[in-house]
Formats: sequence, structure tokens, C-alpha cells
Amino acid sequence: MTTSEKETAKPGAFSVFIEEVRKNSLTVTILAIISGLLAGGIIAVVTTEAVYQAVGHSFFAGIQAIFVVFWNTYRALFTGSVGVPADIIAAIGSGSSDAVNRALSPFFESLVQSTPYMFAGLAVALGFRVGLFNIGAEGQIFVGALATVWVGTSLKGWPAIAHIPLALLAGAAAGGIWGMIPGWLKAKTGAHEVINTIMMNYIAFRLSEYLLTGVLRDPNKPIPISAQIEKSAWLPRLFDDPNRFHLGFFIALLMALLVYILLFKTTWGFELRTVGSNPNAAKYSGMNIVRSTVITMILSGALAGMAGANEVLGVNHNLGVAFSSGYGFDSIALALLGNSHPLGVVLAALLFGFLRNGAIQMQLTAGIPIDIISVLQALILAFIAAPAIIRTIYRLKEPKPVGELVTTSAKEGK
Amino acid sequence: MESVLELRGITKRFPGVLANDQISIDLRKGEIHALLGENGAGKTTLMNILYGLYKPDEGEIVVKGQKLDVSSPRDAINAGVGMVHQHFMLVPVFTVTENVMLGDEYLLPGGFLDRKKAARRIMEISEQYNLAVEPGAFIRDLPVGIQQRVEIIKLLFRNADILILDEPTAVLTPREVDELFKIMQKLVEQGKSIIFITHKLREVMEFADRITVIRGGKVVGTTTPGVTNQVQLASMMVGRQIELNIKKDLAKPGEVVLEVNDIKVLNARHQIAVDHVSFEVRAGEVLGIAGVQGNGQTELVRALTGLTHPVNGKISLLGSNITHANAKKIKELGTAHIPEDRQKDGLVLPYSIEDNLILNTWYESPYAKRHILQRDVILDHANSLVEKFDIRTPNALTATSSLSGGNQQKVIVAREFSRPIRMLVASQPTRGLDVGSIEYIHQRIIEKRDQGCAVLLVSTELDEVMQLSDRIAVMYRGQILAVVDAKTTTREEIGLLMAGVVPAGS
Amino acid sequence: MAQTTSTILRPADYISPTRRTVMGAVFLVMALCIWLIFSLSIVTDAKTTFVLVPGGSKVLIADLVFMSKPVLDILAFICAALGVYQLAKGFGRYTNTILGVVAAFFIVAFLTWGSSGTSLNLAGLLKVAVVRAVPLTLGAFSGIFCERAGVFNIAIEGMMLMAAFSSALFGSLVNPFFGLLTAVISGVLLAYVLAVLSIKYKVNQIISGTVINIFATGITSFLSAKFLQKYSALNDSGRFGTWDVPGLSQIPFIGPVFFSHNMFIYAMFIFTILLTILFFYTRWGLRTRAVGEHPKAADTLGINVIKTRYISVMLGGAMAGFAGAYFVLGSVGRFDEVMTAGRGFVGLAAMIFGNWNPIGALGAGMLFGFADSLASKLAILKVPIPNKFLEMAPYLVTMIVLAGVVGRGQPPAAGGQPYEKE
Repeated sequence: MTTSEKETAKPGAFSVFIEEVRKNSLTVTILAIISGLLAGGIIAVVTTEAVYQAVGHSFFAGIQAIFVVFWNTYRALFTGSVGVPADIIAAIGSGSSDAVNRALSPFFESLVQSTPYMFAGLAVALGFRVGLFNIGAEGQIFVGALATVWVGTSLKGWPAIAHIPLALLAGAAAGGIWGMIPGWLKAKTGAHEVINTIMMNYIAFRLSEYLLTGVLRDPNKPIPISAQIEKSAWLPRLFDDPNRFHLGFFIALLMALLVYILLFKTTWGFELRTVGSNPNAAKYSGMNIVRSTVITMILSGALAGMAGANEVLGVNHNLGVAFSSGYGFDSIALALLGNSHPLGVVLAALLFGFLRNGAIQMQLTAGIPIDIISVLQALILAFIAAPAIIRTIYRLKEPKPVGELVTTSAKEGK
Repeated sequence: MESVLELRGITKRFPGVLANDQISIDLRKGEIHALLGENGAGKTTLMNILYGLYKPDEGEIVVKGQKLDVSSPRDAINAGVGMVHQHFMLVPVFTVTENVMLGDEYLLPGGFLDRKKAARRIMEISEQYNLAVEPGAFIRDLPVGIQQRVEIIKLLFRNADILILDEPTAVLTPREVDELFKIMQKLVEQGKSIIFITHKLREVMEFADRITVIRGGKVVGTTTPGVTNQVQLASMMVGRQIELNIKKDLAKPGEVVLEVNDIKVLNARHQIAVDHVSFEVRAGEVLGIAGVQGNGQTELVRALTGLTHPVNGKISLLGSNITHANAKKIKELGTAHIPEDRQKDGLVLPYSIEDNLILNTWYESPYAKRHILQRDVILDHANSLVEKFDIRTPNALTATSSLSGGNQQKVIVAREFSRPIRMLVASQPTRGLDVGSIEYIHQRIIEKRDQGCAVLLVSTELDEVMQLSDRIAVMYRGQILAVVDAKTTTREEIGLLMAGVVPAGS
Repeated sequence: MAQTTSTILRPADYISPTRRTVMGAVFLVMALCIWLIFSLSIVTDAKTTFVLVPGGSKVLIADLVFMSKPVLDILAFICAALGVYQLAKGFGRYTNTILGVVAAFFIVAFLTWGSSGTSLNLAGLLKVAVVRAVPLTLGAFSGIFCERAGVFNIAIEGMMLMAAFSSALFGSLVNPFFGLLTAVISGVLLAYVLAVLSIKYKVNQIISGTVINIFATGITSFLSAKFLQKYSALNDSGRFGTWDVPGLSQIPFIGPVFFSHNMFIYAMFIFTILLTILFFYTRWGLRTRAVGEHPKAADTLGINVIKTRYISVMLGGAMAGFAGAYFVLGSVGRFDEVMTAGRGFVGLAAMIFGNWNPIGALGAGMLFGFADSLASKLAILKVPIPNKFLEMAPYLVTMIVLAGVVGRGQPPAAGGQPYEKE
């Protein structure tokens, strides 16, 4: 960074700025997100019947209808994820804390939605840094949630100060075990962790179906769902209803900080990243590949398990058969979007959380099914993974190759 | 004599490198034309252009009087040009027949493969040129020498009459080399023409009809073995009169540092790679391990450095038993290791020089305190080593991937030599380096020896082993056939040992 | 890369002493299970009845009735004998074959035990197994096309889902045949995206696959929620009918189990033969496999690596599309959100278990289909094993295979690596 600033000092400041922007990889990231959002709007337009009727009526009506759909879509996305600006201003003006709480509750709900993404994204990112592909976050989330529900429902009369950490740890431990198995198999037998984590996902699904139709099932409910966990295990909420913002968000931030320190400040992190970048060199340096692989998969699984625990303890307070809805797979996109850096993951998780929450509003007010965000996420992931696409579309310059894509050999994180 | 192939003014630029600069060469019918040059001189680039793998920026290729536009290997094949690559282009899980006919398959009606007809043709070729192979054998089961024959058959199968052999002797035993040259003789007798790429002077003198020397992407000159000698060729190759012998004092061997006692080591495929090997290395001496690549040296080094463990026998370092110790323990006892593949094993290429320099001390004081990396100390350490070992780089935060091969090797040497070490295991320490770097590394190794370090040098370059070693052990098929005194031995003696021939009386 | 290992060679089918012992122990444990758990837990005069006519079939044959205990004891004895021999001398290169035999005995013993004192419709069980094998086997074929050319395809699931959707939509709009065509086309289109990302842009192939899986899940659920649920006429494609193979379908037991199905089942068997011929006996197959094993070698012989990979991946997409159509046109006749329910990943598992080989994949698909079929019958058998555990079997088996316990498979050597011309 310092050298490029010196070298390009001569030309006009603005053109330098433009040059830098065109070369910067952050530009690609931002354009990828914008392109993804734009594509979402286009999909909303082409799948709205009213647009076709209007186009059939007249050209002008068609244009108008298109704009209406665009406007409604993005407005719903914004108000659903942040809130209605006028309401927020009015609420602050009124001075009523209850009104402020209500007006801001979409914003806080987005933070609630982004919390499991943070945990799961950190899980995948940690694996990437050590050269491991944990596509098993989904399964680890499930077993984490199962263990948490078990601790949450079976321990009665415990104080919250002990019950919450214990339930959270149970989730982390279960996820950790689920991650450890493919990690150990990879380290000891060379079995590809991608296949094994996929297999572990489905084993986790079957296990959860078994437990939720069996021992963990609430017999009073018509559908297979667990009993509600004890109140003593609920993660404290910071505001009154309907605002669901809870302590889990801060636990996730804390985890991001811990992962950052682990990876980039400690000797253990140096060892892990070296194993990820060049396992042969790591071996020659006396590093323990088996241990690094297993520990990373345990930690990765534990983080994913905490995502499950977080949802149980902070949001749902019980567990149904199909509760996760793809956090595990989305987190792959998210980790890549955040360049496998804890800070990047937090930002990407916030983006995904806001998108998801906004999409719920879109479904309600604009009639656009929530699944559209999966489409957006897939497109954003494709653009991030193949920056050449974005560079071609927006005529950006190819940057000098500094390091490889983080998934093939992790970049330095300084 | 008529030219079957002419390269006229071939120029090829890569970003920052002029790999071929106006190279012109002609190949006559029925001759063996050696292309001699150091690693990185541009030989392989030139041949890849001829073979259609690269496009030249300037120049033209004329085959049998006709200008040829090769844009893919297919064009070269059609023009009768064939190439045996340095790394064999064979599919291990395919049979000999399948590998040979791949791309030019014999077909039955309906598009089915005619393996029988192809096998018959292979047998014909094999009889005509004395190239014994088994058409139904799988490549993965064949020794390297036979695999090379399959490569040659591939060319003959396509009726190539211009054969390019890229460093064909690198992986062969001296006996296999002799067989290869007999085959080459047979080929030229029957009207084929051969371009033979190498950097080994002796082979060129013995087997080539004409020699073209390339240096820095340019043709230095063309000569014949009759009018030149090895010293002259060597100076053409490197551009100045080089001293073929490094200056060093007599060794003053001290106490035994490394003692290897009857060890047996398996390779990754559970085959015996090191077979009942015993030797010792003393402080202040260099023990050279000579041998053709693939005779167990790699596995021996892996066992000595704790990357694998012997199934039999005992290894002691400074009196402690390290037979089953891990790499870290052995390193902490004072062993330094220069691995044979620096990019694969010795460095983390995306890392900065700074981080590569603490690759085996990252957890030790002063680089870490209570498991937290001390960045300031690490940077100071790096800056001083960059200066001391003359690593050419903008600064210590530069990624090692952007350094030249010589400077990358200096990073490894700096890292390994900056610790207090008692034992140095150097495996192919100068492979692929320029002469300047080779001299530098050789001097450093001798310097370590003179400081009382025990040195085990493993190299497939006979010259390197003979120059640096005080004693030489020759490995053949996993065994050490003999340990000889470097002062009294001869090239011939070691060459015979490398081929598995134990001279009478030893 | 050139092989530069030592010249001291061991035969390729070498079995390590550890593995020999482990296998022997496994055989003995299975024998013990049959004897201790199965045989000792039933009364001496219990009878097992296997019904050999699937429900609804008119090709009749008498039930198979036999004494449970002696049969179990015999099976246990044979397994034990094989185990002892394995420990003492070892079966060498036939170890895996014997393992298969012991495993088959174990399954027979399990069924005998589970249905002692009652009856089990064995024909029905197998018929359902054949049907359940279809998406798994065809999915595995899709994987074989891609991976044999050196491109990982974890997007089989997404391609199948997309194809299922198109077959439902266009099958309803036009007819099932057109639905099938669009299913294949949509598989090819997604495969083209996979190919462009993985081959042209050299994106990590796991990422490209994930892109397609997320996209396919999202877009099909989106469109389904938006249109199919609103206009039910768009989601009523109909199905391909059952067609009895003349003659063959009249063979007792075998006929109804294998030769009385809709065309997807026959296609599975025909594709098995076609793919075997294509990959191992034609020029195209030789070249494609070369590209997947050693692309550089193929390139030096004038084979266009990039083009070969594109073609192979798109053929894989077509196969996944065909497999996806099965869910709608060969099964339920309508689209439901996420209806593939992970079958694509089991197909991937079948490909690995079948050692990247069409016949192996069919075998694996049948085995996994059998596990699936048996799981749904467990309730009838009154066996104290939860059916969910049996449903885990394919995943567990794949992990065991990958770990090399029963011998390591031979994946194409260049799998997952983008090809760069220097």
C-alpha cells in the first residue's frame, strides 16, 4: 500500500483515486454486492404479472409498472431491515422509549438475523484459513442446537448464570465433535473433508429427525418439535418486545475478536495459517498437521454449533425439524465475501442478516417470496469467486497478483 | 547434409524475461544434436515453442524445407516432430497401449478402440528399435527407464522423424543412460534425427554429433565434440572461466554427530526405499550421498529429519535416540534442513520473507512471548538476516513468491544457518540455481563445516558431491554400496557404484 | 508427473498385514452378531416367511418359508470360518470380494431375524430398492461424467432440483416428454455455468458447485412459491406409465422386481451399459479419462483439454437433468420445494463408493436404495433399530470407504484442478 501511494503521486489526485478504485479488490466486492441486489430487482420485475399486463397496455405504463415494482421491492427491503425513517424520526421526537423501540425493531431484528451468520461464517472462514473446506456447518448447527435443547430442557432450577454458558458450551461441544470426525479422518486417512462434511450433514439431519420425533419431542405438540427450554437458559434480551435483540449478537462479536487474535496474533494461529498455506512446509518446520487439522475442524464445528445454540437460546427457545434453513451453505458464500477475515465475516454477516430480514418484509408487502435472497447470495458468491466477471462488466483493471484466492492458499491477514 | 529442421530467429518474451533471443539452430538428418545450457538458459522454452506449447513472438520454424506454423502440439505431431518431456507425459493408470495410442487411436468400425491392432504396432516398433516393452502393462507398475521407452515409442507410433529429448538422463542410472544412448544410436541409424537437451557436459562429449550452447536465451555457439573439451564447453555455458573445484581446507573430523544404524524406511507406497543403511557423520566433515534420483535418498532424508520413521534400526543424534522423534524434536536438538524442493517444502510462498524466516522458531523466545507473536522482534531479525545473507529484495515484508530462485534459497539458508546448529542436512541445495548462487551456497556449506558442524549433503549432481564432500556414500536401490574417500576416488568409480556395480576388492 | 520412486516394486494389489487382521476381525464380529444378537434372541421353532410377489403383481410364486434359527447358525458359522481363514492366511486380493459376501450374509441374516415369526415381502422390498436406486445411480453417473474429466461436481443436487422444477412446469404446460426435454436442457445450462466458473474462470470447483446449489434451491423455491402454488395447473405434469417388458416381466420374482417399471428404471440399466462402453471402449472415453488423469499429457498429444472438459461437464449436466426429471415424471407427478432432499449428495456418495465406475455406481446406488427401502419397512419388522439410523447407512458407508478401511478408491488424479497451459 505504501509503495503504490508513493509511485502514483504525480498525476492529479482525482485520477489517482479513480485508478486506485479500479484496481482495488474491495471495489470488486462492493460491485458484486450491488450487482447481486440489482439482479434481485430484475428478477422481481420479470416475475411480476402486473408488469406484463401494464406492458401489454402501453409502453409508458410498462415503464411505470417496472419502476413501481423496483421501488416497492427495495423500499420493502429497506424498511424491513432498517425501519421506516419517518417513523424513527417521529419516535425519537416523541421521546417515548417504547415508540423508539418499536420503530427501530426492524434494525435490531436484522442484527438478530445476522448473529447465526456470524458464527457460521467464522466457522467456515477459520477452516478456509487452514486450508479446510467445512461444508458441514449446516450439520454442525443442527447437532449444536440439539445438544443445547437437551441441556436447556433437562436441567431444571439452575441459575441463568450457569445454565446459559452450559447450554452454549453443549452446543459448541456437539458441533465440535461433528467437525472433529471429518477433521480426524482427513488428517489420518486423507479422506476429503468436503465429502465427509456433506455426509455428516445428512447424518445430523437424520439424527435430529430421530431425536425430535423421539426423546426430545414435546408430546403435547401435533408436530415434531422439542419442548421449550427452561427460562433460565434464555439469552437475555436487551429491549422489550417485540424487539428480539439479545446477548448472542455480542457473543458473536466476541468470537470474531477471539478468532482474529487466534489467527493473527498468536503462535498457534501462525502454525494454523502455515498449515493452511503450505502443509509441506509446515511439516518441514516441525508443525503438527494432524493436530492443526483436527483442532481447526473442532473449533470450526464448535463455532457452527454455537450458531445453532444461539438460535435456540436467543430466538426460538425450542427446536423444530427444519429450523436452520441453509445457514450452513450461505456461510460459505459469506466467508468468501469476507475474505475469510473475521472482520470481513462480521460485515458480510451483517449484510446477509439485513438482506434476510428485509426479505421477510418483501414477502409480506411486495409479495416476493423470501427465497429470492438465496438467488442473490448465489449471484454475489459467483461474482466474488470469479472477480473477472465483475471486472469485465465494469471494465476494471486486473490487479497485480498478490496472493492466491484464500480458499486455495490463505492470504496474509495483516 | 540436408537440414530436416531449422529454427530461425526465435524470440520469446515472458513478463520481465527474455527467454529466447533470436535463436537459430538447424538439425541435420540422422544426427544427434545436443542443446547444452544451464537450467534457465531457455532450452525448454525453445523446445516448447517448437512443439507448439508456446507461441514465439518472432522467428520461424522450417521443417524439411517448408515453413511451419505450429500453434498446437497437433501441428508439430503432423509435421513429424515429437518430444519426450522431462516429466513424462504418461497416464499412470493407463496401459502402455492406451498411453501410446492416446490422441491417435486405432479404431474398429463404430468408433471402438482397437487395442489389439495398436498393441501389434507397438510390438513391431519395439522390435525394430530394440525397445522392449509389454503393451498390456500399466505405466504405474513400470520402472522409470521403461517409462521413457514408452515415451519414445509414442513418438515412433506417430511416425515422428524429428525427436526432441528433454533432459532424458536426469532420472536414469548410468546403466540405463547407456541403454538410452544405444537406442538413440539405433534411431539415427534408421534415419531419425534427434535434438538432445541437457546440461551434462560429459554426455554431450560422448554422444552428440554437434553441440549448440545456449546461455541467457541466446545461442553462444555451435561446435562438435572433436574440436572442443569439457572445460571450454563449461565456460561457454556459464559465460566465464569457472573454477570446477571449490577451495576448501582439509576436513578436521571431530566427534560423531549423527549415527545411522541399519535402518529400513518405507516410501509412501509401502515399498522398501531405504534398505539396511548404516553410516555416521562427524563434526566438521561433509558426507556426500551420491546416487541417481529415486534410489532412496528422499526417504533417507525424511527419516533423518523426522518426517517419517524407520521400520527398523536406530538413528542417534549427539547421543540421543531420534529414531522415532518428530521433526520438531530433531530440529530442537540442532539439526538444520535444506529440503530438496524449496518451493514445495522449504517456503510458504505467499508469506513475507519475515514470516518465512521464523518458520521453525516461531514459538520460541524472543519471537513469541506467552504464545503472542512479537512482531517488532521478528522484523528486526528479518532485516538483519536480509543484510547478512545478501537476500535481494525491496524489504523484509515482500512475499517470497516474488523472489528469484537463488534468493528464495538464500532465505532458507539464512533461516537454517542463523540458529545454533550441530548438524546440517542439505538435500539438492543448488538445484535449478544460477552459478553465482551455487557458489555462494557452496561456500556457506563449507563455512558451516569449518565451524564444526556435521554436514550430510545429498545431491544427484555428481560434480557437486565430488567437490564438497570429504567422504562419499553411494546409494543404489535403497542401499549404500560403498563409502569412499573423496580425495582418492574417481568419477568412474562413483559412476559404476551409482549403476550398482561394486568394484572388485571394495 | 514422472514417477521417481524406488525401483523395488510390490504388486499393486498388496494388502497390508494390519488390514488383513482388521478384515478378519470384522468378519468375526459379524459372525458373532449373527449368532449372539440374531440367533440367540429367537425361539428355536420360529419360522421366517419371505413373500416373493410384490404387492399388486399378478406374477405369482409361492412364499419362501424356512426355520429361522438353523439358517442363522449356518450363516454365522460360514462368516466365522471366513474370518478365521482371513486371520490365519488371508484372502489376498479377494479380501474385498469376501467382505462383500460376508456383508450380504449379514443382511440376509438380519432379514431372516427381523421377519422370524412373521412374514416379509422380500419382492416388494427389492422392487422399491430398485426404484429408490434410480436418482442415486443417475446422479452418480452425472458425477462420473464430470469427475472423469477432472471437474468436481457437488452441484448434482442443484441440477436435479432445477430439472425437477422445469419438468413439472413444462410437463404441465405441454406434455411429459417436453418436460423431460426441458429438464435435460436445464441440467445442461446449469452445468454450463459450472463449467464456465470452474474451467474458464478457474474458480475453486467446490465454490462453483455451491453457487449452483444455492442458486437452484433459491430460484426453484422462489418460482414455486410465486407461481406453482398459485396456479395449480402449472404443477400437474403427469407421469410416465409403467411398461412391462414383454416376456421378462413374466418371470416369477425377477420379473415384477426388475421388469415392471416406468422408463426411468430401464434407462438406469441402459445407461450403465452405455457409459461403460463409452468410457472404456471408445476413443472419446479414453481421451476424457486422460484429461481427468493427466491433462498435460493429453494436451501434448493434441487433445483439447478445455473443450473435452466442457463437453463432459455438460453431458454430466444432461444426466443430472434426466435424474431430476425422475422426481416428477417418474415418481410423484408434481414439484415440491427442495424435493430432491439430498439425493444428489447420496448420488455423489454412490459415485465414490462405486469407484468412479458406472457398474460400481449402479451397485452402490442399488445398495443405498436397498438401505432406503429397508428403512421404510423396519416398522413392520419389529426390529429394535430406528429407521433413521438405517437411513444414515449410505453416508456412513461412504465415509468408511473414503477412510480406506475397505481399500481405497481411485479417484481421477487431476480432479479439482483447473488446467493452465503453463
